[in-house]
Amino acid sequence: MNELFGIPLAALLGQLVLGLVNGSFYALLSLGLAIIFGMLHIINFAHGALYMMGAMLAWMALHYFGLGYWQALVLVPPLVGAFAVAVERTLLRRIYRLDPLYGLLLTFGLALVTGGAFRHAFGAGGQPYAIPPQLAGAIDLGFMFLPKYRAWVIAVSLAVCLASWYVIEKTRLGAYLRAATENPKLTQAFGINVPIMVMLTFGCGAALAALAGVLAAPTTQVSPLMSSNMIITVFAVVVIGGMGSILGAVLTGLGLGLIEGLTKVVYAEASSTVVFVVMAIVLALRPAGLFGKEK
Amino acid sequence: MKNTPVRIGYLLALAALLAAPALIYPVLIMKVLCFALFACAYNLLLGYTGLLSFGHAAFFGAAAFVAGHAIKVWALPPLLGLAAGTLAAAALGWAVGALAIRRQGIYFAMITLALAQLLYFICLRAPFTGGENGLQGVPRGTLFGLDLADDHTLYYPFVAVFVCAFWLIRRTIHSPFGQTLRAIRENEARALSLGYDVDRYKLLAFVLSAGLAGLAGALKTLLFGFATLTDVHWHTSGEVVLMTLLGGMGTVFGPVAGASVIVLLQTELADKAGSLVTVVMGLIFIFCVLAFRRGIVGEAVALYRRMTGVKTR
Repeated sequence: MNELFGIPLAALLGQLVLGLVNGSFYALLSLGLAIIFGMLHIINFAHGALYMMGAMLAWMALHYFGLGYWQALVLVPPLVGAFAVAVERTLLRRIYRLDPLYGLLLTFGLALVTGGAFRHAFGAGGQPYAIPPQLAGAIDLGFMFLPKYRAWVIAVSLAVCLASWYVIEKTRLGAYLRAATENPKLTQAFGINVPIMVMLTFGCGAALAALAGVLAAPTTQVSPLMSSNMIITVFAVVVIGGMGSILGAVLTGLGLGLIEGLTKVVYAEASSTVVFVVMAIVLALRPAGLFGKEK
Repeated sequence: MKNTPVRIGYLLALAALLAAPALIYPVLIMKVLCFALFACAYNLLLGYTGLLSFGHAAFFGAAAFVAGHAIKVWALPPLLGLAAGTLAAAALGWAVGALAIRRQGIYFAMITLALAQLLYFICLRAPFTGGENGLQGVPRGTLFGLDLADDHTLYYPFVAVFVCAFWLIRRTIHSPFGQTLRAIRENEARALSLGYDVDRYKLLAFVLSAGLAGLAGALKTLLFGFATLTDVHWHTSGEVVLMTLLGGMGTVFGPVAGASVIVLLQTELADKAGSLVTVVMGLIFIFCVLAFRRGIVGEAVALYRRMTGVKTR
């Protein structure tokens, strides 16, 4: 069987793998958005900017300090997380009592500032970032060639998502986190430092976005513009999945990546719009989202 | 309008507007009026209904393209071109609004943003928008035999359209319909329990706001003779939010003040700062959210009330 509905099987599978790679980024980003929204009740518009920062910092580390991919993978996410913690301490903390919409507006401003600053410093052009030698090349699976780096991205993202799910649902720290999401005042009354947890949650969500950025660096051109459309797609993913469950966010992200990949094979013109069309259909049929719990 | 000082204020503003081209470059004033109308239309939704749409560039931009196409390709007269753009934006607003009002608050914002992005990609691909180049060379045409190609001739019909649209918005705000919108903003559940069909009111407000935003976009095409992808981009959606926030949401004149400041600032910074304009806009955004939530007009009213000893609401 070399063809399916007249489409070469190898091309189809290749696009599906690419779709899963994109889906992994959607999953990591929407997971971070969902965790942050749960604790801070803020939709972080700057999430795309943090993703871009992750990729740009990886490139800068290589370009200015000679630090390679593996060092960047370890160093960049905590660095961006620390930046996010500073933002939370100085800016976000002041608006928790207000309507959540102000959070969206404030982080939108932040996204403009960071995006504009990087564009001013580095220009809008893309920079290449090489795949690390250990992950170059492809594996022959018999029916298709699987590029090692793509397999690595999917594996790492899945592992990180599962680990986050485990920490939140199965550990003591996660129980505190869920309690603080449900009822911060009561949780604080039990002697748990909720403000610190809020701060760390924002830092961790930002670190996840930066991790996605570092993972994405070798798959695309690294540029300050790489995030400008990403965040909106991720918003659509979040609307489709609903922010109620972590596994829901991850599954929706991966699923939409697959659908996008499939669309590229069948009708390439629609590949950039398919996510939004799916969102419109879901809204019409199931307004609360696939995994959502509407109050 | 029984309040005489207010009436005098409106007349003075109108007189200033009519006399302004003698002192200031008319194209700049018309650009400010365009964005002022855009922000006023947007304020109807954000300020008076409490709905944060993050996709209003879709209506602004779609109307800019439709009006441009109607005037250039179908050779319609300018007023009919404006009407075509406005109607297209209102129809689009009906489709987007019907979907978006199915969710509340933060989701509403994300849905409008995503649907606007869908439209952006459609405009990027569609043949009649000219893709990356945009739709260029739209003629201004003639009105009652007057050639609108001259900036000073275009100015007065332009002001007339703006004043009519502004009056319509003001009238809407002070009508029973506007009162109901404010009730929904303050407490949606309560408005619902009082028997108001909240979804219908929201949708109507959305369509009205989208149509008027479309009129602003169509006017922009008429003024500059082109429509580009920037008009439908989410940056433009962000700009109109900023104008409304900076000027004062939920005030009649706030969006006009906000739009004037932002447009003048952008014109001023465009050659000096280049890519730093985005940074400046972002900083103003952050400042407004943290310390200036009432906006220019809101703060001015509060200050006036403090000085005259009237209790602030």
